Amino acid sequence: MQRQQVLYLWTNGSALDSGTVGWAFHDGTDGSGPGLPNSKPPYPDGVAALRDGWMLLQSSQLVPPLPGEEHQNSYLEYEFVFERRVSS
Amino acid sequence: MAQFVANGFIRFDAIVPADVNERGIEEMRRLEAERFAPDGLKPPHTGTPLAACYPEPSAIGEYLRLPEIRGIIESFVGQNPTFDHDWTHHIRPHATYVQPLHVDAITDSPDTTFDVQLFWYPHDVAPGEGGTRFVPGSHLRRVRSSGLDRYQHIAGEEQFSGPAGTIVVFHHGLWHAGQPNPGDGDRWMHKVRLNPTVAQVRLWNTDDLPELQNPPSDHIFARILPDSVAQILRTMHPWMSVTDYRNEQVQRSKLWRYLTGDETYDVDHYLTRLEGRAALVG
Repeated sequence: MQRQQVLYLWTNGSALDSGTVGWAFHDGTDGSGPGLPNSKPPYPDGVAALRDGWMLLQSSQLVPPLPGEEHQNSYLEYEFVFERRVSS
Repeated sequence: MAQFVANGFIRFDAIVPADVNERGIEEMRRLEAERFAPDGLKPPHTGTPLAACYPEPSAIGEYLRLPEIRGIIESFVGQNPTFDHDWTHHIRPHATYVQPLHVDAITDSPDTTFDVQLFWYPHDVAPGEGGTRFVPGSHLRRVRSSGLDRYQHIAGEEQFSGPAGTIVVFHHGLWHAGQPNPGDGDRWMHKVRLNPTVAQVRLWNTDDLPELQNPPSDHIFARILPDSVAQILRTMHPWMSVTDYRNEQVQRSKLWRYLTGDETYDVDHYLTRLEGRAALVG
């Protein structure tokens, strides 16, 4: 059986090697699989996550600002979603 | 005030006396137990002028009527704000629930008016004991509250720790969350939200403002005043992209215009440049 671990990284630029500014981890193995590095953030950028065995699932689209909302921030803009499949 | 605009909060350590803190915990305990009971201690009605809230004897009223606290409140929301709501936050020892990041209420209106929320910590909160988590500089972003659940960790986020009697004043839009309590003691905090009833223009002591208010020409890529409001409004938080940061400077400048009544105020020419060009096309 394979179970999935999911890692979100938010970065300070649109590139995968931009610096990590936020992260979240969801563990389908309920702790029996490998964890994250203890550093905060766990990876300095998305490429470091690739090198540790994470597979990129999705990156956020680049969305032009709506007229009148050019200077209004909202959610963290640059989101990368990774998965790691763990066999048990 | 400029720090509040840049960060979304400002704290006042150990400003409430020890005896008020001790009685405050007892009152919070009663409010928690009796708020929804048929009888007993109730919060004020929403919309009540603050001056009529928490009549004597009340430790919560006593703290809110301290001259220092009245001055803080008046500086942000004027002399006669109204009560929005309060809540007693009680986290039991070894509680493990991690509240997700959120903003209170609903997505904010686009104008620059704001409420304040006073967080009163009546006992010491040591580092690592899971005090309120918050994200400095997040208060001017427009989000839906549940949309923030996804962010388990954000670079530069803080968790409150500090001595008993500390008050932290939050802009209502600041992202925050309750945290687990790994300690052996109950943790208490009282939050009260206040609505302004007057325009929030120069409500604080502005004696030093003429000296510190930079002209709209203050521009990091041209010339700057070394000690000015703009220098504080240029605070870049660790989680911000360059675009985020510049947009935040625009939003902070708009808020500072509101707070000071100075419609020409700017940081780094962002608003002035666009307004000048817009005037060319009527």
